[in-house]
Amino acid sequence: MSTSSSQPGEAALSSATSTQPPRLVALAGNPNVGKTTVFNQLTGMRQKVGNYPGVTVERKTGLLPANGGPAVEIVDVPGTYSLNPRSLDEEIAYRVLVGEMGDHRRPDLIVCVVDAGNLERNLYLTSQVIDLGIPTIVALNMTDSAERNGIFIDHEGLSRELGVPVIPLAASSGRGIDELKAALKGPLPPVAPRRWIVPPELEKEVNELAEDLAREIPNLCPTARFADALRAIVNTTAKSYESHHSPPFWEKVEAARQRLRKKGVLYEQAEIIARYQWITPLTKRVVHYRRAESHRTLSERIDAFLTHRIFGPLFFLLVLLVVFEAVFSWAQPFMDWINQGMASLSTLVEGAMAPGILRSLVVDGALAGVGGIVIFLPQILLLFFFLGLLEDTGYMARVAFIMDRPMRRFGLSGRSVVPLISSYACAVPGIMATRTMDNEQDRLTTIMVAPFITCSARLPVYTLVIAAFVPSGGILFISYKAATLLALYVMGTATAMIAAWVLRRKLIDGAESTFFMELPPYHRPRLRDVSWRMTERVKVFLTRAGTIILAMSILLWALAAFPQAPADPLTGQVDPGSQLRQSFMGRAGQVWEPMLRPLGFDWKIGVALLSSFAAREVVVSALGTIYSVGDSGDPAAEGGGMSHSLIESMRRDRYPDGRPVWTPLVAASLLIFFVLACQCMSTLAVVKRETNSWRWPLFMWTYMFVLAWVASFVVYQGGRLLGWG
Amino acid sequence: MTLDQLKPGERGIVTGWTSPEPPSRLLELGILQGTQLEIIRTAPMGDPIDVRVRGYHLSLRRQEAGLIEVRPL
Repeated sequence: MSTSSSQPGEAALSSATSTQPPRLVALAGNPNVGKTTVFNQLTGMRQKVGNYPGVTVERKTGLLPANGGPAVEIVDVPGTYSLNPRSLDEEIAYRVLVGEMGDHRRPDLIVCVVDAGNLERNLYLTSQVIDLGIPTIVALNMTDSAERNGIFIDHEGLSRELGVPVIPLAASSGRGIDELKAALKGPLPPVAPRRWIVPPELEKEVNELAEDLAREIPNLCPTARFADALRAIVNTTAKSYESHHSPPFWEKVEAARQRLRKKGVLYEQAEIIARYQWITPLTKRVVHYRRAESHRTLSERIDAFLTHRIFGPLFFLLVLLVVFEAVFSWAQPFMDWINQGMASLSTLVEGAMAPGILRSLVVDGALAGVGGIVIFLPQILLLFFFLGLLEDTGYMARVAFIMDRPMRRFGLSGRSVVPLISSYACAVPGIMATRTMDNEQDRLTTIMVAPFITCSARLPVYTLVIAAFVPSGGILFISYKAATLLALYVMGTATAMIAAWVLRRKLIDGAESTFFMELPPYHRPRLRDVSWRMTERVKVFLTRAGTIILAMSILLWALAAFPQAPADPLTGQVDPGSQLRQSFMGRAGQVWEPMLRPLGFDWKIGVALLSSFAAREVVVSALGTIYSVGDSGDPAAEGGGMSHSLIESMRRDRYPDGRPVWTPLVAASLLIFFVLACQCMSTLAVVKRETNSWRWPLFMWTYMFVLAWVASFVVYQGGRLLGWG
Repeated sequence: MTLDQLKPGERGIVTGWTSPEPPSRLLELGILQGTQLEIIRTAPMGDPIDVRVRGYHLSLRRQEAGLIEVRPL
């Protein structure tokens, strides 16, 4: 105790430079304990979202408002059940807490957020956190909902038992936040000594290893050394994430394990059992129940309905319907506003600038390109809003519960559902959401099929093509256009399922996964948390539109505008058609046209497909650029409702022999191509990062492209045989 | 008998494991010898099951529940 309490001083000393760095506080805890709400309450808007170097795990840091006291920086650690990591997320949580994650230093203080309604299991992680030898404060959260369920906790008693300060909180209503803030700025509490009793044989081996560590890593305090040595022995995967140990150390660890096995000590179980032997009686002393034995919480009563064998799936279907209805109908007025706004901006710029290459660059290149994307912002906002809402209420876990059995038929698991649902917004967050899956094969399968799920970037393409070529009208209250859109969604989803089944059988074999998942109590979501997360995502989206897509639009415009065709000697004007044909872009499109011809695509569609590799939605702005360049002599096409004029131009477009370029069959073929092909740089980049190899992204692109080509070929050629085009 | 043989509403006490190396994550989640479990319900297609343990709810597949030996209460 006396030696270990010098740790905060050590930490401050090692990092003391000319400017005092802020106190680094790590916010740790189990999943579903309201950690995000605590983080938001502490930092307010003063937070930064980024990535840890080398991995795509989100890194959230924020500053505590200054007003006196030391500067405090808070880092939000991914939720974890244990510091013996079993998934990538948990590994990162562990590495942040011990200061081995990229440029992160060891935190000066750890706040362990626990759920008052579920104290016993939460204390398992807490006991591991305390063992790290870093000053720790326990934030006893959700005391309000615990009390509603008749659970009362003697927080002073808990503090005495654990040896660390305990601050009761109800973060969603703000109760206790001021006290927590004050504690974060106050003097650091001393490091608590370990109070659980390690089985003697195990303790002996751990102590010997810890002595070795004293030579290897002298700046670690004894408490932390013990925890480190213990983890090395009991966690059989420790070698894969502990980077600071030497090979001789691991040999000693192996020797210690063998000695333990000989004595019949099941070291992995022994630690867990020993911790609970301390935690269980402790919990009994500090938790008081004031309720009947048969008491059912509100959450349990809700579950009786939401996971009911008939109402459960029906409710899930209803939720999906509401989400899709919102994304596709509620967003419409806002999209119209943006469309009008962009159109008036184009007109304004056109009036203000002299005709010529520069005006063309701004209006046809930049504005047309970015405008074509920003218009989808309302849909993306709504989708992220609903996903956040479902996540924060705890309903997502029920979805996994209901869907596990049907998903398993296809070689996926209930845990694949959230990543796949997220993929309806974008495959990138979807693939990133697979990180919580602890089974490698399940995770890989989910990653490999996620891009089939219709993402919001495909939506602009679908909407454009459907608006242009699917007739109005319908049967009963379902319009043909809506039915087509729904069919495309269903097709993407079905393909993902079939692909998963095939992949799991032929390529990704492995043991059937395990599936332990907490069903957390339902929570009233905090609107502010949901909207903040939505804002973060929108920022990412807008930055993308503002950078990649703007750059691509300008590049595409330039490729279409140069080299310039000679002017017609009679009229003195450049013929738009021949200009496009002989431009760089036109030439590229013509090079790969033979490959696309069997699918019914001309070189202009080929150009759009090439450019869509940057991002699928770029197809729309690419077509916009292509046709706007091609129609630059037509004043009506410019400035008036971008997509409307684009549709007109597409419909009017003819081959030299007078056949229309776009027929309904071509449109169908193009739609099928987009359902299946992996035309997305970002997806492939994130797959590369998540699988840590080029093999999987290359395989992904290839098999999806081949599938798309074959399916489009069958649709187009089959349709022609039937005389439809 | 094993946990997957209990019906919704029934309780049991963990007496051991059918496998020599039970999944550590289950132990870490608090399923240990002597822990009381209650089957709350099964998912719509009969699998997985919702188990109450130490005051919280855990979803387990039948296959995993089959690893847990229980004495019915």
